[in-house]
Amino acid sequence: MTDLDQFRADTRAWLEENCPQSMRTPRLNFDDAYWGGRRPDIAHPDQKLWCERMAGRGWTVPQWPKEYGGGGLGKDEAKVLRQEMARINARSPLESFGISMLGPALLKFGSEEQKKEHLPRIARGEIRWCQGYSEPNAGSDLASLQTRAEDRGDHYLINGQKVWTSYADKADWIFCLVRTDNSGSKHEGISFVLFDMDQPGVTVKPIKLISGSSPFCETFFDDAKALKKNLIGEEGKGWTIAKYLLTHEREMISAFGTAPKQSLGETALETVGADASGRLANGVLRRDIAQYQLDALAFGHTMARVGDEAKAGQGLGPASSIFKYYGTELNKRRNELNLAVRGEGALGWDGEVYDGGRLSRDWLRSKGNSIEGGTSEVQLNIIAKRVLGLPDA
Amino acid sequence: MALVLNEEQVMLKDSAAGFLAQKAGVPQLRALRDGNSAEGFDPAVWREMVDMGWAGIAIPEDFGGLGYGYTGFGLVLEQVGRHLSCSPLESSVLVAATLVNELGSPAQKARWLPAIAGGDCQMTLALQEGSHHAPERTAATARAEGDGFVLNGDKVLVLDAATAGHFLVVARTAGEAGDTEGLGVFLVAAGTEGLSVEPRSMVDSRSAGALALRDVRVDADAVLGEPGAAWAALERTLDIANIGLAAELLGLSVEAFERTVAYLQERKQFGRIIGGFQGLQHRAAELFAELELARSTVLKALQAIDGDADKLSLLASAAKAKLCEVAARATNEAIQMHGGIGMTDEHEIGFFIKRARVVQHTFGDYNYHLDRFARLSGF
Ligand SMILES: Cc1cc2nc3c(=O)[nH]c(=O)nc-3n(C[C@H](O)[C@H](O)[C@H](O)COP(=O)(O)OP(=O)(O)OC[C@H]3O[C@@H](n4cnc5c(N)ncnc54)[C@H](O)[C@@H]3O)c2cc1C
Repeated sequence: MTDLDQFRADTRAWLEENCPQSMRTPRLNFDDAYWGGRRPDIAHPDQKLWCERMAGRGWTVPQWPKEYGGGGLGKDEAKVLRQEMARINARSPLESFGISMLGPALLKFGSEEQKKEHLPRIARGEIRWCQGYSEPNAGSDLASLQTRAEDRGDHYLINGQKVWTSYADKADWIFCLVRTDNSGSKHEGISFVLFDMDQPGVTVKPIKLISGSSPFCETFFDDAKALKKNLIGEEGKGWTIAKYLLTHEREMISAFGTAPKQSLGETALETVGADASGRLANGVLRRDIAQYQLDALAFGHTMARVGDEAKAGQGLGPASSIFKYYGTELNKRRNELNLAVRGEGALGWDGEVYDGGRLSRDWLRSKGNSIEGGTSEVQLNIIAKRVLGLPDA
Repeated sequence: MALVLNEEQVMLKDSAAGFLAQKAGVPQLRALRDGNSAEGFDPAVWREMVDMGWAGIAIPEDFGGLGYGYTGFGLVLEQVGRHLSCSPLESSVLVAATLVNELGSPAQKARWLPAIAGGDCQMTLALQEGSHHAPERTAATARAEGDGFVLNGDKVLVLDAATAGHFLVVARTAGEAGDTEGLGVFLVAAGTEGLSVEPRSMVDSRSAGALALRDVRVDADAVLGEPGAAWAALERTLDIANIGLAAELLGLSVEAFERTVAYLQERKQFGRIIGGFQGLQHRAAELFAELELARSTVLKALQAIDGDADKLSLLASAAKAKLCEVAARATNEAIQMHGGIGMTDEHEIGFFIKRARVVQHTFGDYNYHLDRFARLSGF
């Protein structure tokens, strides 16, 4: 038995023993996940238990170093863990912007002290984070942000407004882009700071989405304080960190594009019916679904190829630049087709027959995928310029 | 299998690219066309390809080939697509040799595969009859008579028909059009009585032709495998052929795209480089994304041949459908983004769209393979 086989056997046994039965079903939706934090939303008591057990092994962040609360696993072991979790349908124990966004940035740009302070608390799900990037006048043109940070010795005093701050009302801390200097170009003078949201200078107002939920907020800073020890990297040099973090955010969002288990085609056979030869009765719908499934398959193979190339030491090729754009557009296509396939059954907004309107709300929520984390148009601009070498528009 | 190329494969790809750029690029294709070449390729260049081992690249070592597998072959075909190189590599090696290998008896393999690998025999498949690829609708017949068969029927789009020494004719010993049972593959030498070959002029300037078979007599040992039971091997061969053609379309599309991007970087209008116009930038960026997906489907499918994957048909139709779609888009955008110059015969970009459509159509186009992909996906 190779080491990896042994690891698989051990992992399988441990998961069998420790993953609660209730955590072996797919989540109902985005909000049915466990996000941790000081005031966690707990839909089921097993969520917390499952998170604690996984965190105990460092497996909420399998590939982070052990000294920061991670599992210290290599790529191959992490893959085995994912496969073994998928085998029993185990849910991810912890959803977290700390894990998917801030963590990678801290690992790369944080000081030893900062890593030791923040990473383990992310890994254990103790602190829930939100992302303070966008402002009313700084969306796609993020670098034009105006939230000010004034130097007050051991801390900064922060004034201004953020918007679309996902889960700001539930988050304990924020990673925030602020302007410490106005004199240079817009990319200079931006600083990357962390601070506690639980202070008088921070006000949060939830905004309701078209899907009916209110995951994001307006966030106001009125003499909010950020300790200087929580400035990441150098003052005024936060743009590099901000961009690095965005690549991780985009990676997370593009994963929405991977295909679900029951194919749309199979579902459509149930809802629309088959013709005498067993083909889906409506040829127009059949064509749309086939095109979607073909692209979803090809996208999956592309994610795998880029991963394999990176593993083989060939670096992250230009193909990775398409993930955010393509994955989110695919997810929108899938949701749109889901509506077409399920017809009336997907148009419910509330009530048990409609499973609380899950399908229509998921469909509406998916529209945001190609906006959040940098819009599809911005992604195409990036490909055109960075990959294809075309001049500025 | 990891979706990456190993060092040996990268070297093969590079050497193929170097050779084809020099010996079999678009200028050579133009010269063949303008010279009304009877062969449709340059026999001397083909000889060099054979000497480099390309004609035996996927043929097992036991039968005189390199045993290098289809992933390696696919890399060569990708380069063939990039340079629009003309040779019997598709007809004789990708298709015919594969069919002999999949369906032939040990004696037939020993007789024909080394001959193909050594370039002494050029063979081609005669399958299509109507306007579209529909193998199970084959109507050509093979009637048992004496200790042999008598063949009748008509075939079109027989690749490299003018130069082929042997034809692998698909014909029916039983059943009727639509049945997959009852199909056989018969080896017919050029010049056999009752066989006439009519070379036809195709849009891509490559050689293809029509066959008429009128009471063509062949011996019993001309049957590949069991008469009437060719379907499984024929289907697998067509899957492999379509994956190979998808690899060719990949190279063709990437080349057309790169030439287009280069033009966007150089052409000026309204006092600026046209590549700065966002309307063009986004279309180019979308195409780039599609090409990356296309590359993954081709590589996955090539590896599935070598790895004997059970979903070969699904992956083959996925690859061909995706590449048909992307090749059409890449070549259409190439013409449009070149403007008027793209419409001229003098410019090379037009050769790409012409070749693309013939390859797309060969052994099933987008509509055929997307439909098959859906069927194999269970709907
Ligand atoms: C569900 C959701 C969650 C979010 N969560 C967060 C969060 O947690 N934290 C946070 O900071 N932000 C968050 N955002 C904000 C998000 O990052 C911004 O919405 C996004 O960057 C776009 O900015 P904008 O909304 O100002 O749109 P705009 O930039 O005004 O864009 C409007 C339209 O113009 C197009 N456009 C803009 N510039 C160009 C250009 N140069 N070329 C071509 N087209 C262009 C855009 O593509 C878009 O179609 C979230 C957004 C959504 C939808």
